[in-house]
Amino acid sequence: MNVISPPPAQQAPPPADVSRALRGFIADVGPTVALSLESCVHCGQCAEACQFYVQTGDPRYTPIHKIELFKQTYNRELGPFAFAYKFFGLAPALTTETLTEWQDLVYDSCNMCGRCSLICPMGIDIADLVEQTRHGMYQAGLAPQDFLGAIAEKERATGSPFGLTSEKFRDLLHEIGAAHGVEMHVDEPKAEIVPTVSSIDVKTYPGSMAAIAKILNHLGQPWSFRTDGFDADNASLTAGDRAGQDAVTQGIVAAAISCGAKTLVMPECGHSFTEMRWEAANAYGKDLPFRVLHITELMAENIQSGKIRVTKVKQTATYHDACQVSRRGGATAAPRVILAALGVDLHELEDAGDANWCCGGGGGVALIKRAQPLRDAAFAIKKKQIEASGAPIVYTSCSGCRQTLDHGGKASGWTTTVGSLLELVADNLAS
Amino acid sequence: MTLLSFARGPGMQVASLIFIAGMFWRLFGIFLLRRRVAHAAARHPFPIRLLGGAVTIFTRTIPRRTFWPRVGAGVALSYVFHVGLFIILFGGAPHILIIHEIFGLSWPGLPRGVIVIASGITLAALILLLVRRLTHPVLRLLSKPDDYISWAIVFLPVATGILLSGETIASYGTLLALHILSIEALMIWLPFGKLMHVSLVFAGRFVLGYNFSRKGAAT
Repeated sequence: MNVISPPPAQQAPPPADVSRALRGFIADVGPTVALSLESCVHCGQCAEACQFYVQTGDPRYTPIHKIELFKQTYNRELGPFAFAYKFFGLAPALTTETLTEWQDLVYDSCNMCGRCSLICPMGIDIADLVEQTRHGMYQAGLAPQDFLGAIAEKERATGSPFGLTSEKFRDLLHEIGAAHGVEMHVDEPKAEIVPTVSSIDVKTYPGSMAAIAKILNHLGQPWSFRTDGFDADNASLTAGDRAGQDAVTQGIVAAAISCGAKTLVMPECGHSFTEMRWEAANAYGKDLPFRVLHITELMAENIQSGKIRVTKVKQTATYHDACQVSRRGGATAAPRVILAALGVDLHELEDAGDANWCCGGGGGVALIKRAQPLRDAAFAIKKKQIEASGAPIVYTSCSGCRQTLDHGGKASGWTTTVGSLLELVADNLAS
Repeated sequence: MTLLSFARGPGMQVASLIFIAGMFWRLFGIFLLRRRVAHAAARHPFPIRLLGGAVTIFTRTIPRRTFWPRVGAGVALSYVFHVGLFIILFGGAPHILIIHEIFGLSWPGLPRGVIVIASGITLAALILLLVRRLTHPVLRLLSKPDDYISWAIVFLPVATGILLSGETIASYGTLLALHILSIEALMIWLPFGKLMHVSLVFAGRFVLGYNFSRKGAAT
């Protein structure tokens, strides 16, 4: 057992705002969440599915324990027996101390990957409860500032986690187009397909934007990037800023509607996909007038219909599933359709697909500086599995995962190559 | 009024009332909360989502194979207890008689020896589950008074049932009264603690299965 103690905070956080946390916890509780909060039998199975518990043996990392404050608040304020919980003091009231104590459990040690939700015999979606818990923690001012909370604040203020303006994004796209010899479509008045980007791509993997453009040009349908709603990263979601999360989503929805989009394409990114695919319509208040597809779904669909033609590659590779795209997003099959079309000799990882282990960076954990030891511990599982696959290349379809695999690999002296499935397709389009 | 007549009369009436009222109160408290409409286009039509919910009730009965090495022993122990309780409850002749009196349904009971063995195994499993809860770091951290009260409240009917079958330490009437009273305690506690999972387990699995089927995700 390798116990990793949570490192001390980089800076003393301001006192947690208890009343705002309370409102943040219970604001969105409906029957589904209430059922989850009422159902736990304390069997502890969720711990055995969690990379942070499995790797450290620390019981504090038991997934259902991470939402304990949310559960206590629900019991005291909203549950069927709230009067008894309050009158007899059966559930302690929130305090600044307990909120602060739980900060690293709710943020640093949860990828919101939903592996715990897959094992729970009571059918509790614990990952969803952690997301709800973060709403309260964010309201309390407890999103880790170094860097997740700070990035979410910038996103709320500018629409982009790194403050990328529309003008700069437009220039960047044209620069990328020129550098890669790809025709870019930007702010076209009419577009059937609108791709979005992840700020990680903008910062670290700009080639992925050229790859999207190349594939959409190959498809031949009218398409366009929109500079009035482009950055789907949604750090606000992982930070727990409900209002910021909705603002990012609504901005992208409005941009897509303004050019009459029929398909909104999400980049190689996990959380932005689940947000736009499953939550955007709720923020919009009605059915969206366009489809939302992950880039792997768009590629798989068009490869199957023959609209995207690829040449075979002679490669042996493995594939890392992004939890939010596969297990929690329902698009597990799409990358495998693509890899098969490319003729890749796919060596699947142990637990590949729906039971896959997170890379360690999901849920905003990659953006929490002090969480690195935990992140590395989680990454060690993935590293071991990838090495056991015997494949020299690991492809993925999430730039967050790609970055975590890149960083983890470099830190441990890896010889395995980390690649983007999107870029692989773009590089192998049949002329 | 003897202890037995109290247990069979007012005791049972009060316990039944609390049981039914408590169950309704808790279920209404959960399901009458404001429901958020899901607008996102579902991957599967309504009947498939319903099927997904129904199937998940069964599939979550056993963890996925990949989890077995880490949770298999605990799950197996829990099953020994649950199956044992099922055999006692629905295989014991006196219990079938009561079910027949209330619901008019009847079936042949299991031999008394089988019930005694099942009771012994169930009791042993219960004790092992308690030891595990007291010693496993995760379970110790998660456990609340409810976990221990619920354990005791299930343990007592099984224990008094075993004593009753042998008419051991007291008269049949006294032991029967204690057995009935222990069941009444269980009925009174059930709606308020984690024993409520006898109903919530089906609802929870169904809702998860339905919602994840909507996404086309693994249930």
